Amino acid sequence: MSLIPQAIFIIILGIFGFILFRRFSLIAKLIGLGKESPNKVDPSKAFKRMMLFAFGQKQMFDKPVLGILHFFIYAGFILINIEVLEIILDGILGTHRLFAPYLGSLYTFLISFFELMAILVFVACLVFLFRRLFVNVPRFHSAEMTKWPKLDANLILIIEILLVSAILLLDAADQNLQGRGIEGYAETGSFFFSAGLSFLFDPFSDGSLVVMERGLWWFHILGIFGFAVYVSYSKHLHIFLAFPNAYYAENDPEGKMNNMPDITREVELMMGMPASSEGDPPESFGAKDVDQLSKLSLLGAFACTECGRCTEQCPANQTGKKLSPRKIMMSTRDRMEDLGKNKDFDKGDKTLIRDYISEEEILACTSCQACVEACPVQINPLEIIFELRRYLVMEESKTPTEWTSMMTNIENNAAPWAFPAAERFSWANELKNTEE
Amino acid sequence: MIKIPTVAELQSQGKSPEILFWVGCAGSYDDRYKNVTRSIVKILNGAGIDFAVLGDEESCTGDPARRAGNEFLFQMQALSNIQILNGYGIKKILTACPHCFNTIKNEYPELGGKFEVLHHSEYIQELINTGKVKLKKGGEFKGKKITYHDSCYLGRANNIYEAPRSVLEQLDSDLVEMERSRKKGFCCGAGGAQMFKDAENGNKEVNLERADEALGKKPDFIAAACPFCMTMLSDGVKLREQEDKVKVLDIAEFVEKQQEK
Repeated sequence: MSLIPQAIFIIILGIFGFILFRRFSLIAKLIGLGKESPNKVDPSKAFKRMMLFAFGQKQMFDKPVLGILHFFIYAGFILINIEVLEIILDGILGTHRLFAPYLGSLYTFLISFFELMAILVFVACLVFLFRRLFVNVPRFHSAEMTKWPKLDANLILIIEILLVSAILLLDAADQNLQGRGIEGYAETGSFFFSAGLSFLFDPFSDGSLVVMERGLWWFHILGIFGFAVYVSYSKHLHIFLAFPNAYYAENDPEGKMNNMPDITREVELMMGMPASSEGDPPESFGAKDVDQLSKLSLLGAFACTECGRCTEQCPANQTGKKLSPRKIMMSTRDRMEDLGKNKDFDKGDKTLIRDYISEEEILACTSCQACVEACPVQINPLEIIFELRRYLVMEESKTPTEWTSMMTNIENNAAPWAFPAAERFSWANELKNTEE
Repeated sequence: MIKIPTVAELQSQGKSPEILFWVGCAGSYDDRYKNVTRSIVKILNGAGIDFAVLGDEESCTGDPARRAGNEFLFQMQALSNIQILNGYGIKKILTACPHCFNTIKNEYPELGGKFEVLHHSEYIQELINTGKVKLKKGGEFKGKKITYHDSCYLGRANNIYEAPRSVLEQLDSDLVEMERSRKKGFCCGAGGAQMFKDAENGNKEVNLERADEALGKKPDFIAAACPFCMTMLSDGVKLREQEDKVKVLDIAEFVEKQQEK
């Protein structure tokens, strides 16, 4: 084989590798803008959580049929990548089916198995695309599912359908060429599925079939490179980031809010108690923008695949309020993507609160944790909502008047309602009187 | 004669209670929920439990302030409560409010308040299991249809799903589940300090949505285990003018009515 295709392949591989490296570095830097999460990670629990939720997809099976179809695509993606490794090595070394001579009949079995996976991926993607286009699934049509998020979801499915079709046709062309004994297409045995498709290529001459096979080969591998870059800009990033997200996700009871030790220290000093920690008075409270959120929240924003299982469960959203937990994650990511376009991540005159997430949204939250519970990859939209609320109250003293009264009541009469503190224990007398 | 000792009284006699009953603000002030407090006190009296309350020394845990975003106020409440509780050497706390429960159990430890905290549904279940509370056979709830509403701060927040249900099952009642229950339980609309403000604009009140779901099961009773849920669901049932047919009761009220005295 000529060296020219090899050289072209290596250059293209380098270019895509460089683009991907730059893109992932940017994502890492954007996540790095966040604050350290106050919670310590217990490696054994974290690893278990990652194996269960990301690798094992435990929660996806809450909706069993969708869980199985999603598992086909996921397993197909991982396994077919073994074949992609061979394809990349073939491209670099100028070989054809590099592993075949070493693996013998095992190779035939493996490729046949990958073909089975490809067919399962093909079917699952078709079903999902049909669902998105023609079935009324409310979570796919909430307010935040504007043009781009919808198109993104459909494009991912279409690209995956094209890529697995290419690999099946590529194998079929290869089988046909093997049958004709063309040089360079060594006998690999009959692949279980593509052997059956081989007849499609019978009408073509040897020369044009070789061109078609090469064309499919290049289409498939360039498609994969292009898709990898696309994924890094898309919601589909979850295929990578679900893993670290599940790993670092907090393991506390869901009802526990993150503590603010800086404030504990201030309050202790105010109350004349010895301070339990050392440090300077805090500069700011809560989050006005993404750099005041935890790294975990920012990682979550990139790991979110916009499935909307959170929003589907959100009581505020389901009763027509503006809040959607999915939109909280999408807006957080949008803010980071916008910062990524600015020099030195300059924030300009915009902030996460108000320019991306409105007060109305965060005020609608009942903190019921249904969103946290629903997320298959353990993203926590509630934490972002709480940090934004903390900013509004403690930095801007901006709360609904009823909340101001509630807080004044707690300060003055030790209860959120305007009852006199002296009457707190009156219920006991009432009870004693009625029972006597 | 019903006994409601305060921790201060016991201390003056050189005693301390085995368990502190943390009444909570709703349990102290809310007219409807005071009845739940009464039921719990009667259950404790009937079972001969060595308990006490803080009385006037009790104060809001700070939960609504924290959820609304006011960490300062929360920490002031928390630290002064912890000071009082530690001052009395309290080890075990019982409460009927899942919000108090969650805050004291999960959020006080890192502020220096380490207690064993029990929700009354768990505690009552334990009292029934150990025979300290005996329930009359038959009775008011036998064969009655009851649907239990999961409190978010009991269920998802703290994984307590079965204790309240198993208490209700002891009543020989017909326990029916709503479609959205346990991990998928639908909020009453009051958490996250929503109890203290009007809802944001929408097309339906959360509590009405949930009350409708519960009423759809055609129950005789809706069981709650949280003061906020109690208010929200009762309001929803009233709005649908079903309050004469469907009663919203707390777990403790069911048990107290059936307890052998």
